[in-house]
Amino acid sequence: MISTHLPILQVLVPLLAAPVLALLRGRTLSYLVATGFVVVAFLIAIGLTIQVVHTGAVSYAIGNWAPPLGIEYRIDELTVIMLLMVTGIASAVLIGGGQSIAVEIPERRAPLFFALFCLNVAGLIGMTVTGDVFNLFVFLEISSLSTYALVAMGRDRRALTAAYQYLVIGTVGATFYVIGVGLLYMMTGTLNMADLTARVSGVESTLTIKTALAFLFIGLGVKLGMMPVHFWLPNAYAQAPSTVSAFLAGTATKVAVYVMLRIVFGIFGIGIFTSSYLADVVIALGIFAMVAASVSAIFQSDAKRLLAYSSLAQIGYILFALGLATEAGLTAAILHLFNHGLMKATLFLALTAVALRLGRTRLEDFDGLAQAMPATMLAFAVAALSLVGVPLTIGFVSKWYLLAAAFDRDGVLVAAVILGSSLLALLYLWPLVERAYFRKRPAGAPEIEEAPLALILAMWALVAVNVFLGVNSQFTVNLAANAARHLIGAVP
Amino acid sequence: MEFPGLYNYWIAMVLMMMGLYIVITDPNMVKKIVGLSIFQVSVFVFYISMAKVRGGTAPILDDRFTVYSNPLPHVLILTAIVVGIATTALALALLVRIQAAFGTVDEEAIKALERET
Amino acid sequence: MTLAPDQLLLWAFLTPIIVAVLVAVAGPWRNLRDAISVLGSLATFGFVAMLASEWEDKLVSRTIADFLPGLTLRFSLEPLGLLFAVIASTLWVLSTIYAIGYMRANEEHDQTRFFALFALAIAATLGIAFSGNLLTLFVFYETLTLVTFPLVTHAGTPEAMRAGRTYLGILLSTSILFFFLAMVWTYFEAGTLDFIKGGILNEETGPSVTLVLFLLYMFGIAKTALMPFHRWLPAAMVAPTPVSALLHAVAVVKAGVFAVVKVIVYVLGVERLAGVPGTAIVPVVAGFTIIAASLVALKQANLKRLLAYSTISQLSYVVLSATLLTPISIMGAVLHIAMHAVAKITLFFAAGAVYTAAHKSEIGELDGIGRRMPWTMGAFAVAALSMIGLPPTAGFVSKWVILKGAFDATAWCAVAVLVLSTVLNAAYFLPIVHRAFFRPLSAEAQAHPHGEAPFPSVLALTLTALLTLGLFFFPGEAMKIAEAVATGR
Repeated sequence: MISTHLPILQVLVPLLAAPVLALLRGRTLSYLVATGFVVVAFLIAIGLTIQVVHTGAVSYAIGNWAPPLGIEYRIDELTVIMLLMVTGIASAVLIGGGQSIAVEIPERRAPLFFALFCLNVAGLIGMTVTGDVFNLFVFLEISSLSTYALVAMGRDRRALTAAYQYLVIGTVGATFYVIGVGLLYMMTGTLNMADLTARVSGVESTLTIKTALAFLFIGLGVKLGMMPVHFWLPNAYAQAPSTVSAFLAGTATKVAVYVMLRIVFGIFGIGIFTSSYLADVVIALGIFAMVAASVSAIFQSDAKRLLAYSSLAQIGYILFALGLATEAGLTAAILHLFNHGLMKATLFLALTAVALRLGRTRLEDFDGLAQAMPATMLAFAVAALSLVGVPLTIGFVSKWYLLAAAFDRDGVLVAAVILGSSLLALLYLWPLVERAYFRKRPAGAPEIEEAPLALILAMWALVAVNVFLGVNSQFTVNLAANAARHLIGAVP
Repeated sequence: MEFPGLYNYWIAMVLMMMGLYIVITDPNMVKKIVGLSIFQVSVFVFYISMAKVRGGTAPILDDRFTVYSNPLPHVLILTAIVVGIATTALALALLVRIQAAFGTVDEEAIKALERET
Repeated sequence: MTLAPDQLLLWAFLTPIIVAVLVAVAGPWRNLRDAISVLGSLATFGFVAMLASEWEDKLVSRTIADFLPGLTLRFSLEPLGLLFAVIASTLWVLSTIYAIGYMRANEEHDQTRFFALFALAIAATLGIAFSGNLLTLFVFYETLTLVTFPLVTHAGTPEAMRAGRTYLGILLSTSILFFFLAMVWTYFEAGTLDFIKGGILNEETGPSVTLVLFLLYMFGIAKTALMPFHRWLPAAMVAPTPVSALLHAVAVVKAGVFAVVKVIVYVLGVERLAGVPGTAIVPVVAGFTIIAASLVALKQANLKRLLAYSTISQLSYVVLSATLLTPISIMGAVLHIAMHAVAKITLFFAAGAVYTAAHKSEIGELDGIGRRMPWTMGAFAVAALSMIGLPPTAGFVSKWVILKGAFDATAWCAVAVLVLSTVLNAAYFLPIVHRAFFRPLSAEAQAHPHGEAPFPSVLALTLTALLTLGLFFFPGEAMKIAEAVATGR
């Protein structure tokens, strides 16, 4: 039965798409093929979700080598949330971004662009499903390397240096991760996550284990854009082709956070995390990012960079909730992980439309855009309000759980900081909305039309999900709460 | 702690710090990549030496050998080496493009050029 | 066709939304569009009236959506909400009629957008009135802010934009920073956000936490325009007059005081609050706001700004009365919500009518205008009497009860504030009335003859003035509702 092999197909479909695409010629053909593969991956993710919801976690042994010796793919609630998000946003970006890609990527590079895109998707999916820490490294590098190349395809020459910078920092981070894995292996003799969980508890007080945790934490911290090792992120998001920014902002950092959740809570367990002061460090870093990155965002003059800093701040929320190390905290972290990915992807897709029509995304370019591109700017406005945390959107649901988690452990002061930071979000997003809606297009500005239909549909599909889950959040909240319970209970 | 004790780890650490130092301080972007490679290699050394069992052989299934080194880390490092090569290759390719676009691979000079635009 | 009460509740809320959609669709045909507005407002009023006539003591409620696990978006009807809904829907009918006259006579731009958002604002207001828990109230409170923002900035001028930013900035930041925080905190302490008579906090919540929550609520609900968070209200006066009239004399500001009373009665609990030391801060601030806003009003040259400061002052009557925490004073607060609404909307209607007919907005220009616009200025005079609290107007009734409550609470300072503010109210309203009727027309005005404002506008303001008088002679129903809120029958 094909349904039993869905876990491996989930990775293989986009992975195999890459060589196929590299052999193709022509933009249209490669676009259609890539979109086809990614949409199939999305359908597989839906299939897996149905399986997990009905029968619980799915385990798949690669090549029939039983774990812990063989590599295991393991799919539970948390995994399917991530899979839905990665493949869903990838589909939305490809379906909606066709024209934007056509403008920003030269014809002869198009097949390679799509090949890299699919590789990236495959890498992120692999990181999500694998139950083996070294296999995870391989997928991490697959996604990272393809990201570097994708960022370098940006039109400005600064894209090259952004990609280079990202490559250097990213490689250092990934190597830190490998060191951590090595130390873990040294102490336990296994690479399987489930097996590690069982064996780490026997040696958890040793210095080596703590060192391993530190290396893994910093390595992943780089990947997920944790302040203060974040500086690759604003450049990369700002310089990458618009569609790539949209995809990365929605998925890449989120998957890294997911891996951190898996490793910190799944393998090491809460005991080490809280007793080693790491939890306090994470909380402090999270709060720092919430405030510092939001303030930085206020002073940006380019919308893409602004949103990149906003992402750093939102990662701060997630880290903070993660650092609380309570069930409520993890629920909030997982929820916000998902919700933020959705909101940011929408915002960046709207920017894709703006960049497509205007060629750039400086703040002053937004003047009067709402008249020229009403559907785009309305989607942007809804997503922006959601990011601020206005009720009836998923942003509000996230905020609610973040606050509840903060109250649960640290009390009012932190809750006030979180709310203050959402006000900062209002402060940096509002000028864009206001410019779009209440200013006139500058005199002599070229006539522009609304974004292409496919892009609008993609944006509004995300907005619809946003509002639907904002009004009726049972589905995501339950998944997140279940996932949090599993993580806390150290069930891998 | 006896000396040299686990001297292989010391070597790995020294290499690692050398690599990181170059990555952080050297303004020449090609040399940064050299530093990055040294950094990665230090981790390979660390893994390989970790798995070595003194007096052990390669894992060959034969009655004559009872002690052999752990093959798994070695295999892992094979993969990591491949990844490392890919990274270096990509970095160098980027640098070729950067040289073409900016006319230099000096970090400071490029920053100055970027500020102009 | 008879509808069950919970269906009525839903329909009353949905009708304005449907109206908004239809208005947007019917935009190009303005007679059709305005007919839809009028019919829709009448329908909404009908639903609310049916609710009011069928309403008995049992709680009617309807869950809209399972918002978060354990927290639902829910409507339920209790006396206070019913009163607020009746006021809002009644005055919506009148201000729609008024707005049609006003918008057409002034040839305002983007009228379709205006009427659609106007209807949406009413939907949000009814959502607040019907809210069955604090979360629902909060959701519609925020919605109301967002929906009314484009109405405030309707003119689109830089000045309007600046005012809009103040409006949005103060209302959103206080509600996120204080109101939201207090709500989550309450949920954390109580485990529920339902409105329950006597409050939902349990015994473990100490007095200090209760006090902090109380303050967070009182200042977080900035729609009450309690100082120092009052600046948005004068800023909002850049909006077209129908907006100022319905939203910033009735819907928006009353949503604020309504929420305050709701929180005091159904979340924190009157008795619990009475036992907490330090709650007296709020009536003191409210008292200060009453006097300070009246003094500022004295110095205003622009009629609408004067009315705005008068509103700030009158809203604080409600807050002051509610936070005295005796049954009578709560009753006074509830009554004043209704009584002030009808009078203040009349004043705004009159101001708008003057602007439409004579293009005058400054008080100094009103000499002798009462002779040209007798209906308008007559209504203005009646409403001004109500503001001061003189019989035979509605304002007398509520002020009487508020005073009685202050005596009951032996809050002599509050009594003094009320007396002093009555004097101040008279000092800034009576000169306008005097000017309009007893001074001769200026030479400049004589050169530009004009009559009354368009018929729909005059009709609307006459009706609201009659309501102001009517509520003095027949305050029974309103009294009954207020008593029900205050005594927890």
